[in-house]
Amino acid sequence: MTLLAVERMKLFTTRSPWWCALIALGVTIGFSALIVGNADNTGEFIATVASTQFGYSFGMAVIMVLAALAVTTEYRFGTIRTTFQAVPNRSAVLVAKATVVALMALVIGELSAFGSWGLANLLKPTADLALNSSADWINVAGVGVVYALAAVIAVAVGILLRHSAGAIALLLIYALAVEDLIRLIPGIGDDIHEWLPFNVANKFLTGDGLSNMGRASDAGARTSTAVLSQGWSLAYFAAVAVALLAIAVGTARKRDA
Amino acid sequence: MIEARGLTKRYGKTLAVNDLSFDVAPGEVTGFLGPNGAGKSTTMRMILGLDNPTSGQVTIGGKRYAELKNPLRTVGALLDAKWVHPNRSARAHLAWMAKSNHLPARRVDDVLEIVGLTSVAGKRAGGFSLGMSQRLGIAAALLGDPEVLLFDEPVNGLDPEGILWIRKFMHRLADEGRTVFVSSHLLSEMALTASNLVVIGKGRLISQSSTTEFVARASENTVKVRSPQLDRLRSLLPAGDVTDTEDGILVSGVDSEKIGELAAGNGIVLHELSPQTGSLEQAFMQITGDSVEYHTGLETEAAHALEPAN
Repeated sequence: MTLLAVERMKLFTTRSPWWCALIALGVTIGFSALIVGNADNTGEFIATVASTQFGYSFGMAVIMVLAALAVTTEYRFGTIRTTFQAVPNRSAVLVAKATVVALMALVIGELSAFGSWGLANLLKPTADLALNSSADWINVAGVGVVYALAAVIAVAVGILLRHSAGAIALLLIYALAVEDLIRLIPGIGDDIHEWLPFNVANKFLTGDGLSNMGRASDAGARTSTAVLSQGWSLAYFAAVAVALLAIAVGTARKRDA
Repeated sequence: MIEARGLTKRYGKTLAVNDLSFDVAPGEVTGFLGPNGAGKSTTMRMILGLDNPTSGQVTIGGKRYAELKNPLRTVGALLDAKWVHPNRSARAHLAWMAKSNHLPARRVDDVLEIVGLTSVAGKRAGGFSLGMSQRLGIAAALLGDPEVLLFDEPVNGLDPEGILWIRKFMHRLADEGRTVFVSSHLLSEMALTASNLVVIGKGRLISQSSTTEFVARASENTVKVRSPQLDRLRSLLPAGDVTDTEDGILVSGVDSEKIGELAAGNGIVLHELSPQTGSLEQAFMQITGDSVEYHTGLETEAAHALEPAN
């Protein structure tokens, strides 16, 4: 518990987490508002619960920047050494850091998801945006969980690479581009894509498209090509995050600080 | 208090620290002396468990650093004053450190008071001058009221006032009965601060002794002699130990009393008979001369420049 308190103090006594949190909220809610605000009132492109969460992947990108910076700035400014000097148990420190950052990501995720949904209700009072199925609930409330796990992945990458620019570039390019580009590989591309973590995370959120009235994409949120069920998708994404963190912590333990 | 045994650190092909063994006695200031690149900082990092030794080990009060519970209460260290997040305030920086070792929050204000940073405690550390950063680093080292303190080049880049402050501070810490281990590449600085010296070069131990012993052993004593009858005097002295200078001779290996008696016994008039103590830096360069990591060629020039004026 002490370590969680320490990492919380470290996170909130610098400015970048606050900026990142504000940007994540702004980007997510803003994009969702643009999608929902421009949707049709009747016909094919009407607003759905899924389309209120259109902007979640952009907010997730910002969250990963926040999470990576939480570690890489420690390496950049040498405070990681001060930290290991104060608490030689590196595993405990790094797991505590990942936990605190993940909790912050969870809160930002829930705020942005329900903020987007709330704003959509204001913009399209006539659309059916009520959360009246578990698919609807997961699509909105699940965003915070996905943000939290994405934050753990980003912390792990930050520990492994130690450089802000490198870690952020890798995370953003991978999450925003690489997974989709892999689909373009002839033959096997789609099979690989089914198991890529952010695609699987998207499956957890959007399921089989029930929250989007059964439609594949068009009106905003895209459904995932992953073959796992929603529950297993969450477990898979979580396992990837935990495995990456374990590798990162193992590396940091052996390495000279 | 601090015991290093066969400490070795290899980075690829470079041996940064090579089979280093030394002891740091409790309740004294021990200087850790060596030219730049001799392995001082690497050794300090290994003491703190930040770098893993390739072989050998170092213990503090019999325990490895990682085995210490709430280590800031046992060992305080200032390795690099810039290891602070520039956007975090001095108080916030110390607050998380205090929290991590279960130290009361008021201890933060205590140490800020000790180093005289109370008025800027809420300011971001990135805006601090080097001297202020150094004080913040010392505040961090003192946070847990530790028995053992490590400082890596604490006076580097400081102005005379800052140097004097640090020097007095070290003495105060040792007077309080703490063990202080402080590294430097300046022997003159260490001579004023440390009572014991661990001297290394190229990662190897060169000597461990008291400071006075090291200085005495290092500086070769010579005697300057001026006389109108130099030629007669010269013939009475052992040939190899005489060096000509502009206005007289330098005699080494024979003390001034002996020369005076020789001159008096032979009726030689002396205009000057003065023992010359070699400068500390000169002594240091003589001893570590073979173990400087990066030779510059300027080194010999520097050695000449440091010779006592003739």
